[in-house]
Amino acid sequence: MSTGKKIWAYRRENGRVGIRNHVAILPVDDISNAACVSVAANIQGTLALPHAYGRLQFGADLDLHFRTMIGTGANPNVAACIVIGIEPGWTQKIVDGIAATGKPVAGFWIEGNGDIATIAAASRKAKEFVHHASEQVRVECDLEELWIAAKCGESDTTTGLASCPTVGNMYDKLVPAGLYGCFGETSELTGAEHLAAARAATPEIREKFMRTWQAYQDEVIEAHKTSDLSDSQPTKGNIAGGLTTIEEKALGNLEKIGKKVSFIDVLEPAESPARGPGLYFMDTSSAAAECCTLQAAAGYVLHIFPTGQGNVIGNPIMPVIKLTGNPRTVRLMSEHVDVDVSGVVRREMTIDQAGDALISMIMRTANGRYTAAEALGHQEFVMTKLYRSA
Amino acid sequence: MTIPQLLVHDPQDNVGVVVVEGLTARTEMLCVVTHDNSDFRLVAQQDVPIGHKVALRDLKAGDTVVKYGQDIGRIVADVRQGEHVHVHNLKTKRW
Repeated sequence: MSTGKKIWAYRRENGRVGIRNHVAILPVDDISNAACVSVAANIQGTLALPHAYGRLQFGADLDLHFRTMIGTGANPNVAACIVIGIEPGWTQKIVDGIAATGKPVAGFWIEGNGDIATIAAASRKAKEFVHHASEQVRVECDLEELWIAAKCGESDTTTGLASCPTVGNMYDKLVPAGLYGCFGETSELTGAEHLAAARAATPEIREKFMRTWQAYQDEVIEAHKTSDLSDSQPTKGNIAGGLTTIEEKALGNLEKIGKKVSFIDVLEPAESPARGPGLYFMDTSSAAAECCTLQAAAGYVLHIFPTGQGNVIGNPIMPVIKLTGNPRTVRLMSEHVDVDVSGVVRREMTIDQAGDALISMIMRTANGRYTAAEALGHQEFVMTKLYRSA
Repeated sequence: MTIPQLLVHDPQDNVGVVVVEGLTARTEMLCVVTHDNSDFRLVAQQDVPIGHKVALRDLKAGDTVVKYGQDIGRIVADVRQGEHVHVHNLKTKRW
């Protein structure tokens, strides 16, 4: 079953394979961002992850907040993690969640200490963690031990002709060998939901998928729409690229899951897959940064992003490999393109060859090659929020 | 192989996608169906940007547009073979 292909990666305490080696400085809440940014400025080799939320959330929205925070710190691309919050309760909950992986983690809180003392104490611990992380050594791992997520963005008609089928070809080759895959974008499957549902591995998973998709239609789209969504789905960029309707966009999007593999579960946003190797569907927004942040929090260590018109998305902890089949985008935005599959639309390259080119770039990226988004400093970290805070 | 100007996903489709930049009206396009690599010729009746769709036959208001062998929406203004199909003459059947 194994491809026999090997990569050089970090074997973490819990056995998972990481391909980056971050020391993350994670704020529990918006008001702890400043302290985290200061710690990252003090200690080289650390990565602050400021975000907008974490206060007065409740219910399923608060659960998602904790899942995203804990999952981000627990991701195998993170060697060690500092957590800073305004108070000890929620800070410790996140520390304990990350500590379950066995990796070094420490929490600090600002109330009763102030920013300056908190920053000093957290900086000393962060320095320890940087020494620890920088002594980790890459070891030989199997390619299919990676967890690889996918999402497309600024799609156009070339996405469905070239870049999405290339991702699908990669999943068709690697998922049967033991890879964990993931696709999401609940809203953007509209028009192809029947085809997506048909790819569920069992009738139960099919039902779960259709319930998730229908809930989005009823609770979000129908409850909030004031027009026909024609400026949002498809986006202005999609329309400029030639996509006309959500159905057309969805059919291209779904090419990402290939022709052979079935998905074996439907995940909540940021939920870790728990049914073993295979392809998973996650209930996510179709906005790139939100979707990537949720997939990274679920434990995915690498992301494949097919684009048509040239979405420039990156993620702070999970490298994002970008590919395009649009020759105009290759010509105008080459600095954002890791894998050029425009040969597919010229009929100079088959989808099978494009899939192999993507797998080659996956291995190079896993071994340490910076993606275009990493080299250009793209670190979009965007939490998904389900509803207004209390 | 000569580079095609238009790609069609499925033999049932009634639109194809321009895959070259600067396509001008009255160009006789080489069109390839990716499903089976069959090809045919079609004359573009308008300048059509890369990535945009061209009608493979005359389409009337109310007709269903088929791409990937699937329903992608409804024609809302008549289109002649070789003309540009986009938001001005094609609408979703969903939201």
